[in-house]
Amino acid sequence: MDSYVDISEAMVVEPISLVDWLIVVPVAVPLLFGALLLVFRKAPQTQAIGAVIGLSLVFAAEIGLLMRVLAEGPFSLTMGGWLPPFGISLVADALGVTLALTATLVALVCALYGVRDIDASGRRYGFYTFLMLLMAGVGGAFLTGDVFNLYVWFEVFLISAFGLIVLGSEARQLDGAVKYAVLNLIATTLFLIGTGLIYGSFGTLSMADIARKAPEVREVAPLATIAVIYFIAFGMKAAAFPLHFWLPASYHTPRIVVAALFGGILTKIGVYALLRTLMMLFPPERDMISDLIGWVAVATMMFGVIGALAQSDIRRLLGWIVVSGIGVMLAGLALGSQTGLSGTVLYAIHSMLVMTALYILAGVMRGLGSSYNLHEAGGLYRSHPALAAIALILVLAAAGLPPASGLWPKVYLVKASLDEGVWWLALGILASGLLTTLALGRVFALAFWRSRPEGVAALEAPVGQPVAGYALLGILLIPILGIGLYPEPVIQLTDMAAQGLLEPSGFIEAVFPEEAAVPDVPAGEVETEEVAE
Amino acid sequence: MEAILAVLVGIFFAVSAYLLMSKHLIRILLGAVVLSNAVNLLIFTAGRLTVRDVPPFIPLGMLSPEGATSNPLPQALVLTAIVIAFSIFAFLLVLAYRAYQELDTDYTDDMRLAEPEGDDLPPLRY
Amino acid sequence: MNTVIFRTAAPYIAALMVIFSIFVLLRGHNEPGGGFIGGLMGASAFAIYGIACGVSSVRRALYLHPMTWSAIGLFLGAAAGVMSVFFGVPFLTGLWAPPEIFGIEVELSSILLFDIGVYLVVLGAITSIALALEEREED
Repeated sequence: MDSYVDISEAMVVEPISLVDWLIVVPVAVPLLFGALLLVFRKAPQTQAIGAVIGLSLVFAAEIGLLMRVLAEGPFSLTMGGWLPPFGISLVADALGVTLALTATLVALVCALYGVRDIDASGRRYGFYTFLMLLMAGVGGAFLTGDVFNLYVWFEVFLISAFGLIVLGSEARQLDGAVKYAVLNLIATTLFLIGTGLIYGSFGTLSMADIARKAPEVREVAPLATIAVIYFIAFGMKAAAFPLHFWLPASYHTPRIVVAALFGGILTKIGVYALLRTLMMLFPPERDMISDLIGWVAVATMMFGVIGALAQSDIRRLLGWIVVSGIGVMLAGLALGSQTGLSGTVLYAIHSMLVMTALYILAGVMRGLGSSYNLHEAGGLYRSHPALAAIALILVLAAAGLPPASGLWPKVYLVKASLDEGVWWLALGILASGLLTTLALGRVFALAFWRSRPEGVAALEAPVGQPVAGYALLGILLIPILGIGLYPEPVIQLTDMAAQGLLEPSGFIEAVFPEEAAVPDVPAGEVETEEVAE
Repeated sequence: MEAILAVLVGIFFAVSAYLLMSKHLIRILLGAVVLSNAVNLLIFTAGRLTVRDVPPFIPLGMLSPEGATSNPLPQALVLTAIVIAFSIFAFLLVLAYRAYQELDTDYTDDMRLAEPEGDDLPPLRY
Repeated sequence: MNTVIFRTAAPYIAALMVIFSIFVLLRGHNEPGGGFIGGLMGASAFAIYGIACGVSSVRRALYLHPMTWSAIGLFLGAAAGVMSVFFGVPFLTGLWAPPEIFGIEVELSSILLFDIGVYLVVLGAITSIALALEEREED
């Protein structure tokens, strides 16, 4: 800190306005609240209150972020006061903020559902702490502008997810958790391999820096290899065919609220990372493998929904439906057009809301004494017509039929496929939609429509009161029906997100405001060594 | 030096791939350890090894170090990766041990509790 | 393992190790050392103490549950980053306050607070794993 050194060459010297601090909230607040909840875990009644307060703060901050991004475009804050690319930047753009906002809404609903569903021992074991740390990881992953930092956030939410999935330690859970843990560990390790290669090729890890250097580096570095490694790694995290088997093997084993959280949020982070890396950083390499991505997309949606058709347990069926939705999202990535990407982002938002709602619906049905097993379920329409109405809307939403949110992303994706002349992709989306209607329609017909099978007594409701479940499903139904009936605002937002992926100049300018003033030193470390040779 | 390390990384990846494809959980875990070490070496090598023995210190009053120094960033990245891999491996070991106690096997083909064999189809009519 | 010599010496060894771990933590300010390595040393001190004198006496010595220490550390670390909001600098920027105590300048900083946070997280997490494993061996 000697006075004669001009620190403005390496550090931020301008004061930072408080508005910039909004971007830190989704990371710092869950960490702080997670720590506090862990300290007070012996007092179970504080846990849910703390988690709801913390997540509400995050939610409010993300609404603020969204307003600012809509008004002024992407912006960033670089940690530790070091100038980018030396400091790690958090960047808020339309894509990341929209998905983070949806994820926080979903987590808030899950935290509220946990009030009734998670008993005192589950809380003492740390359900709400893990939930908060998971959300810190999720928020960080959606908002970071640094590839290695993205890896760290992946690990943060992965470790929290391990904690959540074994909550209760039943033998079934341990079996599911082993498969979940090993395969996700391999996926994140692949991600780290790709990141190491990026560092070796670019000498930087800041996404904005990579995006602007890619054209020069492309000639000397194996960027196609990195892109393919990322595709495999994130495809595995997102549960894309043929690396999806860990998901249906594990998502039905934990508590239903944990399954709702995972099914809603976690796989979409894989899709987000695919969009961020393949679309924004390596578009020519994505073009090279776009046919492969397309076939993977079709295979994922078809295998997912065929798997769903064969299940007799509702939770396992939902796991396969999650996989099928991932296929639909990959379709937009395969097309790479503005319309296709917009459809993918919209589908990701829709899928977060609807998959969580479906898992919570399954939990509410179980709370009413119905079984998860379709052979034993039935008669819910007669006893609970309101729940049947909610279920019908959710089935329509998941199948992509009006009046719910699933319609528009599929319209966009089919239109984008036909625009590009990729008829088989459009056919796959439509066929998987039809089969999803069959799979979920059968659940509706069996569990709600028909009367309870003879000789099957109502199960004892474990915990959980239906009233809370109804209210929470109602919260999720508002955006689901809202997007279905009046999609314009959200579509504008997803169009903006897609535009930001195709034209990352806004993202780059957010990190490097005075493009010309930044000297070309980021790879300096590597260069000085070569000079010394 | 890079070439030697690159070959070493390759050997590590081969060993870990072999172990990961085993059907016994304990070997899969060993494979995961070798894999994480392979990646650490890979990052270390990717940061260039030409100057190894000059610590990256900036003399007082200067803005940059004099002459070439070793690259500190890969070491920071590797340290982060080691810490993460260590904690996840600790979790996996405990998980595998508990699973072995509960399921009485570490043979993955026999771990079918979550997805029982011969699970029947859903009712096809009502 | 439970010889008389070991049981007599262990508390002193453990105490020395804890002091040394704090020394390493504070030394990390300007020289090699720091919260992570200090936390590992502290955790191994408690592990040795546990092997010699039993898990329950370690829990008494720690006063709070190890996971609670971890949580306090996590909170300190996050709070050290958030402190910079009051000074108009970005998240996690180092803040310095060198007060003179007894005529010696003590360089207090948010970096030190962060490092103490790391120390406690590592100490708590590793100690709780070690204690869980030692408890299992006993029964």
